[in-house]
Amino acid sequence: MIELKNISKSFNGVQILHDINFKFETGKVNLIIGQSGSGKSVLTKCIVGLHEPDVGSVLYDERDFTSMKRRKRKSIRKEIGMLFQHSALFDSMTVEENVAYPLTMFTNMEEEEIRERVNFCLNRVELENKNHLFPSEISGGMQKRVAIARAIAMKPRYLFCDEPNSGLDPKTSIVIDNLIKDITYEYEMTTVVITHDMNSVIEIGDNIMFIYEGKKWWEGDNKAIIKTDNPEINDFVYASSFMKTLKDKLSN
Amino acid sequence: MNFISHIGRYVLMMYATFSWPDKLSIIWKRFVTECVNIGISSLSIVLIISTFIGVAVTTQVGELLSAEWIPDYTLGYTIRQMSMLEFSPTIISLILAGKVGSNIAGEIGTMRVTEQIDALDIMGVNSQNYLIFPKIMASMFTFPLLVIYSMIASIYGGAFICEITGLRDVDTYVMGTRYYFDEEAFTVYYALLKPVIFGFIIASISAYYGYYTKGGALDVGKSGTKSVVTSSILILLFDVIISQIMFK
Repeated sequence: MIELKNISKSFNGVQILHDINFKFETGKVNLIIGQSGSGKSVLTKCIVGLHEPDVGSVLYDERDFTSMKRRKRKSIRKEIGMLFQHSALFDSMTVEENVAYPLTMFTNMEEEEIRERVNFCLNRVELENKNHLFPSEISGGMQKRVAIARAIAMKPRYLFCDEPNSGLDPKTSIVIDNLIKDITYEYEMTTVVITHDMNSVIEIGDNIMFIYEGKKWWEGDNKAIIKTDNPEINDFVYASSFMKTLKDKLSN
Repeated sequence: MNFISHIGRYVLMMYATFSWPDKLSIIWKRFVTECVNIGISSLSIVLIISTFIGVAVTTQVGELLSAEWIPDYTLGYTIRQMSMLEFSPTIISLILAGKVGSNIAGEIGTMRVTEQIDALDIMGVNSQNYLIFPKIMASMFTFPLLVIYSMIASIYGGAFICEITGLRDVDTYVMGTRYYFDEEAFTVYYALLKPVIFGFIIASISAYYGYYTKGGALDVGKSGTKSVVTSSILILLFDVIISQIMFK
């Protein structure tokens, strides 16, 4: 479980996050949703330690990450896997080298063991025979899958996904969503997904936090978000005419 | 950001860069790769520029030193001194600031804007040490070798033009390049110390601008330009400082 306690953050005097408290539960897909500029990315960067919150703390299974020294943080970082919006694969390395990277860097595994683990992870994301290709030689959806394989290579306890569906077609988005959901349940991870995609919210949102103007505005699951009468959430959820029509049909 | 803030951030970056590596074997591999990227890939440009400058300067100086009272070997001596003291260490370093510096800033800057550096940080890798340290060490190791290579190429360029045009007898030119060499051995140390310092300046300044790039492709380009301009100015500044220290 990851717990946020009173997280606040400002840049150059502009308050971005206001006193956020939340619990991301283990074995569930936890979502952070909100409009562009609402503070989702800043919050995520505070959680993973790329930004330091001005006030508050982040607890990884009751271990206070915020007050830890760099060396101690390193041990928690090895338990974190992250899928970036644009995959962030190392473009000078092949698919195999990308997935093997955390294993060669942080373990004393033999080359053969590393290769086995890499192949296992690539098979898990249904990518076979792509080991020797470079990221520029594969599609955006494949890059996301390689990034997931890299994120799970070290058997992480916590998985962060920053807009995993951005730039993907609807069909590939569903594949990625299902993959995230499956590995979360399979490896009993605490998964945190930052998304705009309403389809993802409905499909995989076990535990959802809605951020509005840097504040935690609402929390609940994918069933509750459909039924809520909170106007800010409805503005967000039913922004598209498709969702509006769907809502009208359901209410009729 | 003001000048003092840049200095502070640069010092902190250097502190992280020179901390103990996460895995020595990986840093060693990266060092070897960077030696190839920085050193071997610069061989052709150094050879072309040094040879042509050697040819051009020999032609011009040969004409200037054509008075009868000037010994013939003076041309070889002059070309050697020119190559060793200033052309090879400083001018070649300025050229490498353009080639290697913009490459380092572009590579690290692109990694920054595509979140590859964030990925390293989140994994718990010391990204500054992993990315920058091998580049600095490779520059400091390969630049003196490139300078020696440049000296040889420019002196040979001079000999070549003497042979082709008959400007001077080649044996006399070669004798001039050897003239008074033992007594002036310190010029070799001087010539080899400068590229070590310039290599550090080019790699660290370029890495600094690349590492702290914010934005997109346009900003990566700007970081490349800033790194070349700043490292060129610092090379010239340190050239003056080193010559003041070593020639007094």
